[in-house]
Amino acid sequence: MKPLNQIRFLLRITRTHGIVRRYFVVNGFDGALTMLGLIMGFVLSSSADLSVIITACLGAAIALGVSGVSSAYVSEQAELRRALGELEDAMIADLHDSAHGEATRWVPLLIALVNGTAPLIISLLIISPLWLSKAGISLYISPLYAAIIIAFLLIFLLGVFLGRVSGISWLRSGFQTLLIALATVLLIYLFAGG
Amino acid sequence: MGVIMVSVKRLVLDILKPHQPNALEFSCTLAKVGDDYHVSLTVIEVDENTETIQVVIEGNNINFESIQTAISDMSGSLHSIDVVEVQSEADKE
Repeated sequence: MKPLNQIRFLLRITRTHGIVRRYFVVNGFDGALTMLGLIMGFVLSSSADLSVIITACLGAAIALGVSGVSSAYVSEQAELRRALGELEDAMIADLHDSAHGEATRWVPLLIALVNGTAPLIISLLIISPLWLSKAGISLYISPLYAAIIIAFLLIFLLGVFLGRVSGISWLRSGFQTLLIALATVLLIYLFAGG
Repeated sequence: MGVIMVSVKRLVLDILKPHQPNALEFSCTLAKVGDDYHVSLTVIEVDENTETIQVVIEGNNINFESIQTAISDMSGSLHSIDVVEVQSEADKE
């Protein structure tokens, strides 16, 4: 079986397709809002050097990635081991070498990777204008504002993805998540802007 | 007297399996074990975590070992072999 088909098969027999999708959105959203919050903080403080901002954002992005990988791996492994135990009891058989046994070993790793890479990649995309500016590439707007625009765009796209999954209007779903991002910015401005 | 070859032509198996892989995927995987297998699967009983199925496999020369491996790879458990049809023929070589 081809690797991609094998992954699909393992996700199907453990019924974890939905979990992977959910983790991608939840932690991707986490990553985007965290970066948005950090960058808004730097915009409001308006004194930090670009390299300081990049280091702080990169640190947060890596921490989000590691946290996503480790927490999902530990919890999903426990869940799938419990499910395998229940299935073994029902089957009165050792399923260690079966497809379900293989899924119990590999699926937590896959879910953990999705959970960790979603916030990491989204965070790296958001801080990419800061890197470009640091590398001497001139942008039309301030790199911090460009990063905020990318954050809004990615949050909107996560909403679009959710809309397509749930079968509701992708535009409405996109604007819903965008509204959450705007509310976050407003809260930061109210509490940290003064 | 020449060498007599015995080939398995038909098997009826009683299997306990989890709900996933489903009946279609399960029977397709069994059919792929040989190049001329005809597989017919009937779900006999459905429980909370498992289902009992009856699988009829027909072919020119069924490889039982490979069928058994495919069943256990898909987390199935072979309970009994209910019907067997074999045919003998003289080895022509």
